[in-house]
Parts: sequence; C-alpha cells; structure tokens
Amino acid sequence: MNRINERLNNKSKLLSIYFTAGYPKLEDTVPVLESLQANGVDMVEIGLPFSDPLADGPTIQTSGTQALKNGMTTTLLFEQLKDIRKTVSIPLIIMGYFNPVLQYGVENFCKKCQEIGIDGLILPDLPLAEYQEHYQEMFEKYGLINVFLITPQTSDERIKQIDNASNGFIYMVSSASVTGSQSGFGNVQTDYFARIKNMNLNNPQIVGFGISNSETFNAATTYANGAIIGSAFIKMLTESGVEGIGDFVKTIR
Amino acid sequence: MNYNVNEKGYYGEFGGAYIPEMLYPNVEELRQQYLKVMASDEFQAEFQDLLKEYVGRPTPLYFAKRMSEKYNTKIYLKREDLCHTGAHKVNNTIGQILMAQRLGKKRIIAETGAGQHGVATATVCALMGLECIVYMGEIDIARQAPNVARMKMLGATVVPATSGSKTLKDATNEAIRDWINNPTDTHYIIGSVVGPHPYPDMVARFQSVISEEIKNQLQEKEGRKNPDFVVACVGGGSNAAGAYYHYLDQPEVGIIAVEAAGKGIHTGESAATSALGKVGIIHGSKTLLMQTDDGQITEPYSISAGLDYPGVGPMHAHLFTSGRGEFISVTDDDAMNAGLALCKLEGIIPAIESSHALAIFETRTFKPDDVVVVNLSGRGDKDLNNYIEYFKL
Repeated sequence: MNRINERLNNKSKLLSIYFTAGYPKLEDTVPVLESLQANGVDMVEIGLPFSDPLADGPTIQTSGTQALKNGMTTTLLFEQLKDIRKTVSIPLIIMGYFNPVLQYGVENFCKKCQEIGIDGLILPDLPLAEYQEHYQEMFEKYGLINVFLITPQTSDERIKQIDNASNGFIYMVSSASVTGSQSGFGNVQTDYFARIKNMNLNNPQIVGFGISNSETFNAATTYANGAIIGSAFIKMLTESGVEGIGDFVKTIR
Repeated sequence: MNYNVNEKGYYGEFGGAYIPEMLYPNVEELRQQYLKVMASDEFQAEFQDLLKEYVGRPTPLYFAKRMSEKYNTKIYLKREDLCHTGAHKVNNTIGQILMAQRLGKKRIIAETGAGQHGVATATVCALMGLECIVYMGEIDIARQAPNVARMKMLGATVVPATSGSKTLKDATNEAIRDWINNPTDTHYIIGSVVGPHPYPDMVARFQSVISEEIKNQLQEKEGRKNPDFVVACVGGGSNAAGAYYHYLDQPEVGIIAVEAAGKGIHTGESAATSALGKVGIIHGSKTLLMQTDDGQITEPYSISAGLDYPGVGPMHAHLFTSGRGEFISVTDDDAMNAGLALCKLEGIIPAIESSHALAIFETRTFKPDDVVVVNLSGRGDKDLNNYIEYFKL
C-alpha cells in the first residue's frame, strides 16, 4: 500500500509541511526532511522550484528563486534524494509546476520518483482532463498518487469528478488566494470545510493555503483529515534555518 | 490541415488550458460563454459600432508607393497605427470589455509590457466606467514612462510587478495571481493570443477584423481579395493572428511571421522563439517557449518591449511547426533602420514592433507583381525615446 494511503488510514489531524528543495541552502533538502520526520511531521511536500509559479505568493516564489540561484535542478533534486528512504519513512510528495516535469520527460520523471520512493505528485497546472487522457496510466504504472486541488469556487459536480479521479487525498485550497496570503479563517472557510465534509467523498481531504499556526491548523483539522503548512514554514526557515524546525512544529501541535 | 483552434482548444499539439484549479471556474465560464456572446446580434451591433465610431475603423490599406518602388514589389500597409490609442490592441480590449460586461464582471485586470495593451485596457475601462488595474514589470515602468502616465490619466491603477525578471512575463504572472485572489467579480483582459483556451481564440477573433478589412480593401484596389503574402511581427502574436485570420486556410496566401532576434539569435539576447524555443507550458498554454534544459522559463531580449516575450501564441507555434508560416527573425539594428526608412520614404513613424515586419524587405525578395500586405500594428510615438537614443537624434 502506498505510504500516503497508509498514513491517512491510520491517523487523523495529519500535519503536512511544504518546503522548497534547495532552500535556504542548496544542501538543506535532506536535513530538512530528516528533521521534519524527527519532529513528528506526518507527511512532506517537497517543492520543485519553478521560475514562474503562478499559484504561489511572494514567500514561496522568493524561496524558489533563491533555490534556483543556489543551483537546484530536477536532476540534482533526484540526486539529493537517492538515499532518502534509508533515513526517512513518512510519505513524500513532490509538488511543482508541470513544465519542468515535461522537460525531464513525464515518464522518466515518474520512473525516477518510483526508484527513490516518492509516493505522489501535486502539479497544480496539470488539469484533470489532460491527466486522465495522457498521464493517469503512467502515474499508476509507477505507483504514484496524483493529488488534485479544489477551492471554495469548485462546483459540487466537479468535486465529484475530482474525487473519482483521485486515489490518495484531495487538496482543499482554503480560500480564493495564492499561497501565503491569508490570516485566520472566517465563517466562509468553516462553511466550506463543513460543506465538503458533508459530501462524504471517497478520498480524505487535506487543507492547504492559509494554514500558518495552531489556530488555523486546528480549525482546518476539525473538518478535514489534515492540513498543510507552506509559506509560514518557509518564513521560519528563512529566519532560523533547519535548527528552527523543532520549535516550529511544537507551536503547531 | 486545420490551422484554427479545435473544439478542445488546441492548434495541432499546441494550446489547451494548463491552469491551476483556482482559475478553472473563471476560465470555464468564459469558455462556455464566449462564442455564444460573440455570436449575438446585440453584441455584434455594439462591437461594430464602437470599432467604427470610437476606434476609427476601418483603418486604411495604404499602397506604399515609394517603398514599393524601392523594393520592386507591391507593398500595402494595413494602418493599425491609426487606431485610437495608437495600435491594434484596442480591437481586442473593446471586444473583451463588452464580454466582461455580459459576464457581469465589475473589475478589470490586465498585464502590459510596452504599455500599449495597458493603455488600450485603461481606455475601454474609462469608456465603460469600470475599475481597472494594470500589472506592469518594474523595469518596463521605468522604460515606458509616457504610457504609465497615460494609464494613470485614464483612471487605471498601475501595479509594478517586482518578482522574477520584472518584465512582461512577470506582469502576466501577477495578473493571473490577482485573478486567483478575485475569482468572482474580475475579468482578466489578456492582451495577446496567449494564455489558456479560450483566450488565444477569443483574442484572435476580436483581432480578425484586420484581415476581414484587408480582404474588402484589396478587392477594391487590386480586384482580388487575397494578397500573395501577409506579413506581421510576432511577440505573443495578436496583430499577426488578426492579419492572418481569414487567410489561414487559403494556401495561396503566404504567411510571414517576423520575430525579434534582438542582438542576434545566438547572442543570448534574443526573443526569436521559433528558433530558440522548445515545447512547454507558459501562462496556461502549451506552446513554443524559451527555457532552460531544466524547464525554467528564460528572459528574452528585444529592443522592442512588445516583442519581448519568451513564448508565442499556440496558433503561431502551430503555423511554425506545420510549415504553414514562414518565420523570419530581425535584429534590433535592422528593425531600427527599417523604422527610420519608413519615416523618410512614406512619412509614417512606425512602432519598433512593426519596424521588425518592415525590415524583411532588405533580405527577403518578392516578385514585382507580388502583392505584399504588411500589418503596421502601431505608431512610433511611444518609442520616440528609443529612436532618439539609438539614432542620437
């Protein structure tokens, strides 16, 4: 069984962390992953940096720009991760934009992920229809879970389509925004969380965008199976580096 | 072969809508509505009326006598430079503002490079009394000060794009982020035939008035609707899409696309996407774009801000790879000289973008009885500083 499914079956209120590979320093990728596991984080999204990250706010974009300046590439990321399964056993997902994957070769990319022990991919600009028509078979062949996003504007009909196409979890974007632009949740968000919960979807849901502290983490995980912290974690990394991870995780739960 | 968009939003292998889910409801609404709205009599009546009374259409198809003598062929200039606001861009913004109104949108956003599309968007927003926010790269704001002032005078808010390379591609990223953050009341007026389907097709249709007029005007002047060649500069490619539109499926009409070679194709400072680009995804569309081996989008260069874009619209990517279009690239120097030559030969100061199209006559020969239509997409007022600096005027 895929590590993502296993973790979701056995645990609720999952804490998942997003960070940008090769940030703050090029060689930080593996130390960050090891520290996240050591501090009890349940799952990690490893950000593959991209020059033009449309869905991200300034914090994640700046970290990606720095990682690229540091020399991060797809090939180097795979090189850094080649022995990661010797030390890290929590589910690992690569999150990035579709163009770098396309240039690497989608099949080569999937194959490499399987070799390393990557469990899933989140590619926000690979749309559902394209995925189903061209890539689903390939992802499945290499044991990769593809994660789709939904937002408060996504229609029930489309949520059901996405639920049917998913085999891990659904990434619930908390509000209409790019990453890192929210502070706190209002009634609009909790209504949305409740609405999705009441749809009784096949796949568990994990909330992302706008989760920055224990308050937002608890609000999201009251309804959903877990929550993802990205920009707030990267801000901490910028200030405190890898050594700050333990304290950061303690402030969340 | 079909050179227009298919029902799935593709030109051959290019196009589609590679967008994050946050944009799906907006783009899907537009996709479902645009053809219906554009086909309605009421929409067409208002659109045509504004093109005539406000933009000043039809623009002349001018026989450039002295230029034709110089190059020993028959050269016609389609005078989009005479449109209100100084370029073809307004054809599209008029169409899209009417579309936005019918979709019930209250707030308009746009990206701009040189500022021409920003001015054209600010203009139609003033005309319709809608809020207008224009994203413009910080570097472009510095080098296009008069257009920034124009937008402000027209009531628009100009927001500097400070991320990445701080030029057109980053302004486009910022506009897309604004749209993600404002998913219900906002319409994004994209200025070129780029972006997710249906934008390339919608913009091409609004610009297709250019080739529609060329057909009628050429019939009057030459007794035939089709020229032997139609020539246009291509950055994203909206003026070219409009000039080619009604000729795409007429193989007897040669299509010539002129890209900016910058300082030379292999100097590392170029925007000649057909020569330097590979298939990839930019701004929601699968097309040819300039990128590293690792799939990071690279920064193009051209003296002309309007051609300074690392991709081309999917229609043009398909015209290139299918061989339907002949792609030529022209350096800064050759474009600048062609621009000055037009001033002296015909008394017309062209935009530097359009000067690229004019420059091909120095190297590409035509037969004496060939009819060659060049789309003169914009006027050169906005480029005076560049001309002054370059020629030490």
